[in-house]
Amino acid sequence: MKELIKHARELLENGEVAAVIGYRQVSAKRTKPVIITDPEETSALVFNEYCLNNLAVYLTKARIKLLCKKNDKVLKLAITAKPCDVHSIVALIQENQIDRDTIHIISFNCHGVAKDFGFDFNGDNLASKCITCETHKPLYYDALFGEVKETPQASDTALARIKEIESMPHNERFEFFKSEFDKCIKCYACRAVCPLCYCQRCITDKTIPCWIETSSHQRGNFAWNVIRAFHLSGRCTGCGECDRACPADIPLSLINRKMSMEAKNLFSFVSGRSLETPTLVGSYNEKDNNELFM
Amino acid sequence: MDKQNWEPKIAAFVCNWCTYTGADLAGTSRLKYPANCKIIRVMCSGSIDPVFILKAFERGADGVLVSGCHPNDCHYNAGNFHARRRWDFFHELLDFIGIEKGRLQFSWISASEGKKFADVITKVTEDIKAMGPFTAYKKMNSEFTIDFPEEPSELPEPEFQENSDKETE
Repeated sequence: MKELIKHARELLENGEVAAVIGYRQVSAKRTKPVIITDPEETSALVFNEYCLNNLAVYLTKARIKLLCKKNDKVLKLAITAKPCDVHSIVALIQENQIDRDTIHIISFNCHGVAKDFGFDFNGDNLASKCITCETHKPLYYDALFGEVKETPQASDTALARIKEIESMPHNERFEFFKSEFDKCIKCYACRAVCPLCYCQRCITDKTIPCWIETSSHQRGNFAWNVIRAFHLSGRCTGCGECDRACPADIPLSLINRKMSMEAKNLFSFVSGRSLETPTLVGSYNEKDNNELFM
Repeated sequence: MDKQNWEPKIAAFVCNWCTYTGADLAGTSRLKYPANCKIIRVMCSGSIDPVFILKAFERGADGVLVSGCHPNDCHYNAGNFHARRRWDFFHELLDFIGIEKGRLQFSWISASEGKKFADVITKVTEDIKAMGPFTAYKKMNSEFTIDFPEEPSELPEPEFQENSDKETE
């Protein structure tokens, strides 16, 4: 922790970065995101198993412009990110939303996080993304802290649930998802918390013509959740923030994970892993599978 | 409506340059095909947004056909290549949430393939007919009702107080 604070302080004092986006401790098992511009305040920075938020959501074009332009000089923006959050940052760079040169990534050797604030950190309360996580060391970083520790073992219940849904006949599946989506109250927390939902104007906000009905009845809820899942398929890095943010407990990351599995099956593509490869839906290959078409 | 006389409604999103022209050729060649498809012409198969398809289902379509130019024939060079990746995903997504793959079908039909157009329309119509009406999605339209609190059958009569002072003045 001291190394992190020292590093952040140096960055700010030397004028290398305009701000540091990080976590601060609120109580024993809860942290909050914080944007620090004053070197004196860096002592609040922490990193532990309760740093749940994916801070890449703050890396929007407008915010970077607001924070980084000082006295006609464009400074870097430092961000503390878990290895899985680095995937989101990479995906944003791939999609030309941010520039790698303007971001200073402070990352950590991660051994998993708790599923939510207030839970003890152990195998039973491990976040579902951490169960299958393969990147305990970040793929891209400018500074790396933290010691390497063992991740607690847990069973992959999300995958079992996907398999269970796949084994159901179509009408049962439809009823299952209809009842799940029926709980939606259209708060759009899933959209607000997703780093890859960066559109300045979402399709659901465009109401003339009204493609997705905005009132929260079955038909509108169904359309919104399907389109949300589709817009993230092949792009979602699986940070699981939508699941945590949803007040109605809709299994959003279940659908996202299924689509990531499809991306791997169909195109052997995993989102946010490499700065060199183009995005999946933004590119094409003439030799793509043509079986679907008559 | 009994199942024997039921006719499916199919929305066909077709590209202006190939499939729509192919449909024209099928017409001028006087080929016969079922009249269940409502053709919606768009400029390119790459410009068909998945919300169009959801909207078609919302508005009562039993099936949807998406058709464009063959690969490498796109009027805009790469529109259908982009579409192909997108549809691969969308098809899997719809399948996962419980819409059978046969409800949404895809084809490449060029401007010279009038016969293929007639064949594809016949096949799609037969497939959807075999699957029956898409009641699951349609039910969502009818299930939307608001539960108003029941009004009491007899309202108490309002009591009026005569303002006698003003009358006398």
